[in-house]
Amino acid sequence: MKKTDTIKSVRSRSRKTTTKTAKTKKRIVPEELWDLRLYVAGQTPKSLAAFANLKRICEEHLAGKYKIEIIDLMKNPQLARGDQILAMPTLVRKLPPPIKKLIGDLSNTERVIVGLDIRPAR
Amino acid sequence: MSHKTKKQGHQRAQLSKSPTGIQGLDEVTGGGLPKGRPTLVAGGAGCGKTLFGMEFLVQGARQYNEPGLFVSFEENSRELTKNFSSLGYDLNELVARKKLILDHVYIERSEIEVTGEYDLEGLFVRLQSLIDSIGAKRIVLDTIETLFSALPNEGILRAELRRLFRWLKAKGLTAIITAEKGDGDLTRHGLEEYVSDCVIALDHLVTDLVATRRMRIVKYRGSSHGTNEYPFLIDDTGISVLPITSVELRHAASTERISSGITTLDAMLGGKGYYRGSSILVSGTAGTGKTSMAAHFADSVCRRGERCLYLAFEESENQIIRNMRSIGIDIEQWTRRGRLTIHAARPTMYGLEMHLARIHRLIEDIKPHAILFDPITNLMAVAGANEVKAMLTRLIDYLKLKKITAFFTNLSQQHMLEQTDLAVSSLMDTWISLRDIELGGERNRGLYVLKSRGMEHSNQIREFLLTDKGIDLIDVYKGGENVLTGSARAAQEARELSEETLRSEEIERKKRELARKRQAIEAQVAALQSQYEAEEEELNVNLGELKLKKQVVQEDQKKMSLRREHDAGARTNKSRSGRPVK
Repeated sequence: MKKTDTIKSVRSRSRKTTTKTAKTKKRIVPEELWDLRLYVAGQTPKSLAAFANLKRICEEHLAGKYKIEIIDLMKNPQLARGDQILAMPTLVRKLPPPIKKLIGDLSNTERVIVGLDIRPAR
Repeated sequence: MSHKTKKQGHQRAQLSKSPTGIQGLDEVTGGGLPKGRPTLVAGGAGCGKTLFGMEFLVQGARQYNEPGLFVSFEENSRELTKNFSSLGYDLNELVARKKLILDHVYIERSEIEVTGEYDLEGLFVRLQSLIDSIGAKRIVLDTIETLFSALPNEGILRAELRRLFRWLKAKGLTAIITAEKGDGDLTRHGLEEYVSDCVIALDHLVTDLVATRRMRIVKYRGSSHGTNEYPFLIDDTGISVLPITSVELRHAASTERISSGITTLDAMLGGKGYYRGSSILVSGTAGTGKTSMAAHFADSVCRRGERCLYLAFEESENQIIRNMRSIGIDIEQWTRRGRLTIHAARPTMYGLEMHLARIHRLIEDIKPHAILFDPITNLMAVAGANEVKAMLTRLIDYLKLKKITAFFTNLSQQHMLEQTDLAVSSLMDTWISLRDIELGGERNRGLYVLKSRGMEHSNQIREFLLTDKGIDLIDVYKGGENVLTGSARAAQEARELSEETLRSEEIERKKRELARKRQAIEAQVAALQSQYEAEEEELNVNLGELKLKKQVVQEDQKKMSLRREHDAGARTNKSRSGRPVK
């Protein structure tokens, strides 16, 4: 399990070093970039809760190496089709690969950590 | 939406319906699916659910100008387009004209982790944007149940689906939701609980190796509908449902008569032949000439310039043409001129419903004036007698409605001549029975009219001859104990002929004798006459002599008296000079 993870992260690092670093505004360690997208449908209690939960978990486990993009489908409904989004809210881990989808308000921290495949904090 | 409500208004006050454009279904449902409401289409794998939904959209887009959205949870758009192009649907073209959207909703369970409360708002948003983009009025969700395997937490899912169906209804979309058939239940996940306006079950039965697709309207809230299981078929032009049982017995009966193609048979049927639009059954054992009678009829139909459809279940087109030529009927000329269409197929080639549907299609295409089935009994190879009978009932009703004269042949068993295997005789207006008559070491064909509704018809058995000029019916010899046919009849007729000759000779002889007698008598009369004349002559002569004698005597007397007067006076001088002659 661990072995495969390292292989992937190595791969992603080799790609990322050149491309993504320039874009990200925050100070990040290149090999550990977490590109997350949170799809919501308006400012519902569920989406607010999801965003708060996500922020908390990221700060706790991925401090300084994550990026969160919020996509409001109410504003860009066509994105629901392109990204195959059904459930609200949905968190998509674009990076590191593979793509993971987490649905729900992210209130179950254990599951979020498992779902995002975050290694226990050092 | 506004367009829809307008349409709704002038259609009907109660429940307005959205025509599916699927052949037959609109008749069964009395106009289509409930407009602006969801309909559940349930069935097992390979039942045609997807096709049903797609046809609903394609016909909606093509015929009723209602754009549609197809949400597929199983196949992607490319696969769908490919699958449907084989049915002659150009989905890409409809997509390009913004009449159709194919949307593939794809969920991979392994990619998904549930981390808390969720809803399906994403799907709603997605549908909303797609609906808005083309102004969709129809939507198909195929098969939304896959969500149950893709998303955990069934409780949330159920609540969301319920919300989805309500939402669709509120939007006024006519929706089809397909669902897999469950164990004992209509659907695996009990969707019928949520979609309760209209439920249609599709089925795929295999009996005796032949598959039959069936459709049943389980429920249709607020509308009457046909409740039977209707066979339907999927062929290269899509779905057609066979709704013929919905037809009521209200066809107009024609009084027009059409020839059977055999003059002598027409004479047996009140001199005019069959009624147009009636059903005619010709039953008989093998080799009694059923097909020949059919060919005669077909020939006469074409000769009148009408179109005829010949459904052969036993022989190929060429074989029929060749065989009929041997009895002097050239039906090839009609096939060449397009008046006669021979459609030959083994009954076992496809299921009963497929046959029926094909027949329907052919009728729609050709619009024949008469249709022939040769023989209907072969259809029993495909399905049970009951089903065939049901099919024929529907078919006959349908044909009568269309005023198409139907001619059926039925292969009877020897032991049950006055009864058909399919018990369809009661459906027939005219029933002609052909039978073998075995007599004197010969087998001959006999024909009689068992029944013929609404016309005077002969009660006589006629001998049925197949000549090189076609069928000929002749009177059988009726006399003594038996009817005689074939050479026995010929012998009897010869015998009668010689007796007849003898009799007439006798008469001639008698006549001659009479003439001779008359001659003899006349001769006698002449002789008597001449004798009489001779006697008369003689008598006259005698009479003259007597008169003369008398005169002479008188003269003498006068002379005497004169002489005496001369002596007495002059008075008598006068009288003497007054009679100087004698």
